[in-house]
Amino acid sequence: MKITFWGTRGSLASPGPENLRYGGNTSCVEVRGTDGTLLVLDAGTGIRRLGDVLEPHLKRLDILITHLHFDHIQGLGFFEPLYRPDLNVHIWGPASTTVDFGSRLARDFSTTLFPVRLGDLPCRPVVHDVPLGTFRIGGLAVTASLVSHPGPTVGYRITENGTTIAYLPDHEPALGARDFPGDVEWLSGYELAVGADLLIHDAQFTDAEYAEHVGWGHSAFPHTLAFAAATGVKRLVTFHHDPSHSDSTLDRLIKEARERHPPFEILPGAEGTILQLAS
Amino acid sequence: MSHQDVELILLRQLASYLTMPIFIVGADERLLFYNEAAGKLLGRRYDEAGEMLLEELSATFQTSEEDGSPLPIDALPISIALRERRPTHRRFNYRALDGVRRSVEATAFPLEGQAGRHLGAVAIFWEFDGP
Repeated sequence: MKITFWGTRGSLASPGPENLRYGGNTSCVEVRGTDGTLLVLDAGTGIRRLGDVLEPHLKRLDILITHLHFDHIQGLGFFEPLYRPDLNVHIWGPASTTVDFGSRLARDFSTTLFPVRLGDLPCRPVVHDVPLGTFRIGGLAVTASLVSHPGPTVGYRITENGTTIAYLPDHEPALGARDFPGDVEWLSGYELAVGADLLIHDAQFTDAEYAEHVGWGHSAFPHTLAFAAATGVKRLVTFHHDPSHSDSTLDRLIKEARERHPPFEILPGAEGTILQLAS
Repeated sequence: MSHQDVELILLRQLASYLTMPIFIVGADERLLFYNEAAGKLLGRRYDEAGEMLLEELSATFQTSEEDGSPLPIDALPISIALRERRPTHRRFNYRALDGVRRSVEATAFPLEGQAGRHLGAVAIFWEFDGP
């Protein structure tokens, strides 16, 4: 699998000279299977640049949305491939307890917020309630599961020939936990991340910032490290950087994390990074 | 090892902060958790209670009607909530694990997740000291 990071920022797009190296675009990750299967994880502002480089004769793409917070869908209307009538587009995301995902997405893709309605897009996207379980898209096995974050939110586990990535961009597994990470049977997101070759995980806050944002649905750096250790992943990409965290702040946080000598490799999520995982 | 759904994870975390007794059973009829307040009424902390199946509750706690006649497992609110997937309420007696006989009122309701997932049931109960 080939993974390309198009947006790693959380909450709010944050362009500026202080964020040149890690980038200011919000969540979007491209996953390519070895058979050419294309998954796009979330449609934050980073998705616009992905649209500029997708091959013109692409037949199908699948967009997997984790949840409907704006930083995960704001780029959708600016994703050029949606305006190709010959492209087969599938958009997956979580239903609420009473409303299907398509209806929920259509509320945000309405003329109140955007000039084009979801149903008027030339590609006529097929919108799915993502199954809470494992299903296949092309050569990739995708597992979706609800995770700890306000509102219906899923994380994804994607496997190809024994190689696995886990994507939990917005995740607060430490919420209310008295002995985090504690017994993994009771650890949100565990079954998605366990043993993954690559974990892409929320690392929005410092400890001090987290204390002021408990219940917002995000993790402090130490939580992210503890979660990665508890799930036994091989490599961690920190993700969903707080808009106020400049390049120098992120450099410091990564340095401090590495100095703890965790049993996995740590990479800071940076726009433009490409990772190739052997499958 | 089984892994719990996020609804149960969050419910257990919430229950651990509340002072009213709460008892959670999974869809597989396995006791998942009860909080400290419930532990006081049941006579043993959850951490010390060990594995327990719903089917064992009546025998373990010697549940009975208010008139002292045995109360079968299927009549317990938690069983009705779990097996019949409907809320229920009743008063009954039991012998706690510390040997004390108690009278309680219990309200139980099923836990239904989206996409038709039956997650289990939860009971809230309190000691009855009325007439």
